[in-house]
Amino acid sequence: MAVVRRRVRRLMPRPALAVAAVASVAVALIPLTYLGVRVGDAGWARISEELFRARTGELAARSLALAGVVTTACTALGVASAFLVTRTDLPARRLFGVLATLPLAVPSYVAAFAWVSTVEGFEGFWAAALVLTLVSYPYVFLPVAAALTSADPAQEEVARSLGSGPWRTFITVTLRQIRPAVAAGALLVALYVLSDFGAVSVLRADVFTRAVFTSISLGFDRTVALVLATVLVALTVLIVSGEQLTRRCAARYARLGGAGRPPARLRLGRLRWLVVPGLVGMAGLALGVPAASLARWFGEGVSRPGSLTGLATAAGNSLTVSAAGAGLTLLLALPLGLLGARAPGTVAAVLDRLAYLSHALPGLVIGLSLVFFGINVAYPLYQSVWLLALAYAALFLPLAVAAVGSAALQAPPALEEVARSLGRRRSHVLRTVTVPLAAPGIGAGAVLVFLTCMKELPATLLLRPTGMDTLATELWSRTSVSAYAAAAPYAALLVLLAAVPTWWLSARTGVLTQAVQGGGS
Amino acid sequence: MSDHTRTSPRVAASVAIGSLLTLSLAACGGESQGAQPVGQASDKVITVYSGRSRPLVRPVLDGFEKVSGITVEVRYGDTAAMAAQLQEEGSRTPADVFLAQDAGALGALAGEDLFAALPDEVLDKVPAAYRDEDGQWVGVTGRSRTMVYNVDQVAEDDLPESVFELTEPEWKGKVGIAPTNGSFQAFITAMRAEHGDERTQDFLDGLKANDAQIREGNAPIVADVDRGRLATGLVNHYYVYELAKEKGTSVDALKAKNYFFPDGDIGALVNVSGVGVMEGAGDDPDARDLVDYLLGRQAQTYFAQETYEYPLVAGVSSARGLPQLSSLNTPDIDLNDLDDLQTTVEMIRESGLA
Repeated sequence: MAVVRRRVRRLMPRPALAVAAVASVAVALIPLTYLGVRVGDAGWARISEELFRARTGELAARSLALAGVVTTACTALGVASAFLVTRTDLPARRLFGVLATLPLAVPSYVAAFAWVSTVEGFEGFWAAALVLTLVSYPYVFLPVAAALTSADPAQEEVARSLGSGPWRTFITVTLRQIRPAVAAGALLVALYVLSDFGAVSVLRADVFTRAVFTSISLGFDRTVALVLATVLVALTVLIVSGEQLTRRCAARYARLGGAGRPPARLRLGRLRWLVVPGLVGMAGLALGVPAASLARWFGEGVSRPGSLTGLATAAGNSLTVSAAGAGLTLLLALPLGLLGARAPGTVAAVLDRLAYLSHALPGLVIGLSLVFFGINVAYPLYQSVWLLALAYAALFLPLAVAAVGSAALQAPPALEEVARSLGRRRSHVLRTVTVPLAAPGIGAGAVLVFLTCMKELPATLLLRPTGMDTLATELWSRTSVSAYAAAAPYAALLVLLAAVPTWWLSARTGVLTQAVQGGGS
Repeated sequence: MSDHTRTSPRVAASVAIGSLLTLSLAACGGESQGAQPVGQASDKVITVYSGRSRPLVRPVLDGFEKVSGITVEVRYGDTAAMAAQLQEEGSRTPADVFLAQDAGALGALAGEDLFAALPDEVLDKVPAAYRDEDGQWVGVTGRSRTMVYNVDQVAEDDLPESVFELTEPEWKGKVGIAPTNGSFQAFITAMRAEHGDERTQDFLDGLKANDAQIREGNAPIVADVDRGRLATGLVNHYYVYELAKEKGTSVDALKAKNYFFPDGDIGALVNVSGVGVMEGAGDDPDARDLVDYLLGRQAQTYFAQETYEYPLVAGVSSARGLPQLSSLNTPDIDLNDLDDLQTTVEMIRESGLA
């Protein structure tokens, strides 16, 4: 017996945690079960007919290309702006730090509408690439800025003292330190681009998600849509394994002992005349265009939103469903994130990767799968806030897992070991040591999920309780009858409400509080 | 687990309150109360799935609530996504009534036997062309396909006699279409019914070859025509009215004008928005009351005056500036023939338009 137990221990060091993590992943995989059942119903003949046509290949290639272009651009913009804000003597750094985060508050469909109504003939692949880059580069900026502020400056100082110039040091030392943060952000961007429907539909970029939606509205046919969605899952596996490969060659760099010191800052010198207008321009494109466009909608049309109470109710509903979504997502993310941090190994890695699989599915598919689940398995939950929260969890689990995982990594395991050695039970240690230490990071994950839930539309439309309208659904309802002026206040309030948690996220990276410490050399 | 799970609270209510409620309902009910089966008591609450958005539908439902004392709980959504949702929900759907943007979605659900058949006295209010032949759903309003054109870019004399002319070189790059939109799809299905698949495929291929401009929906086409970014587009007739309303002017002040193809050309197809009662609510008097209300004078007048659609019930006139539906020379198409959407979808995809 003892031998067996030891073996199990070795294979799976934290069984209770592992079981909880398996349960979380099972929840996240409900949509895949549904896909399997429905696609299976279709029969192989139908599946192969849909899969092996030239168009499916074209769509897959174009979706991957869009994900590639946007991810590359976001990585470049995110890393560059994070570096400028945290490591140089850029003027008004705090302001730029906030500006680089705020695009996260703008839903992709609002940004796309704004661009279409501002620039004539703005459509297609490159238009979608631009808009998606502008709304999603904060996914890279945030983790990288946080990594840059907390990275150990000692390693850079050593490199400098051995004669490396500032740029060489950046490339050989700093970039290596922040590589896990860059990769994690890039992965989220890539998967987000695969699943996004708002921007690609408004800008008419012919990619997979759009084809999924189109086949539902063309002929009310779920089968084609779901077969196409399975291809998205395959693309996700491809991207996630790609990221896994970059991870394998990256080691963890933790700061050892001592309080954090702010790193030295590079002097920009004359470069600032190039950098400052660049950052201002980017903020203008990402935030100014939507703001100006919303103002114009409101000014040009004569339709008006219902009452202020209607607006307030919708805002309240948005906050409620998003809070439920963030809460449930976090609950499911905790065991996964902790398992990855405290008992790394094959089991943890596989579970972590599996959690990503639903992340690139379009909201409509997630919505339909939970309609299926609610009707057939969890009828008492059907059309309750909790089933919607479950959909959000399936969609956004990876956002929270990443946050919990990195927060738990930063909390030194030694403290837990001390508590254990003093005779505390694991569950007690978890509650009194691990979670409090990791709380700020966990909070950041919750906030990120919360604001992503606020922007979500297709699953919300399918799953919200009957009669409950959120800011996103009210906005949709008005734009679909071209009452843009009436839609504008809902869009504005949505962006403003999402901006509050976003601002908090940017504050967390440390860019707002960081003291300035002398010049570069 | 069967559909009884859903109805049991109602059955319980009927046991509790008994025939009293039924009697009181019959006393205050509408035009056709006497004829309806007394299978289920009214609980004064119904759930409506609406594929038409809140600004269009809520005022009508408010009117119904006031008249009937029945509370209407509504889910608003996209017609196609909602049809998919109803298909997933099957017999356990919480919905009593489905209001759909177009006949195609209603036909898809009727094909899966998700609706209860409506009685003849309801169906007979609407001309046979605008309802399901098996009585599974009934049209509420009519919308005509038109060609919207920019008066500065197209002279009245140059307007085509038939929609088929749009594949000719003089219209190259000048026609906006929304191939993923339900109303375009229904129009193509009607074309197949009237002119056969071969000619229809030629038309679709011709549009593609003629560089037809693709948009996501009708509203963007009309907006682009009005702004002069597009010369013409194939849309439904009421979008110019919506645009005028949003801009706070009259339709006459717009650059975008409706043109109805003459002589029964298929380009002037009339389609419907309609309503079906879900299978499980077939005996629910409240659901029946709503259908009666939608086909009553008050609701029909609202749709005519506020959404600029054609009323389908005799005795209600169209909005000012719009011809009466009966006076239009519309193609002789039975909407019941528009059920083969699958082939239409295949053909649209074949042409490369979607």
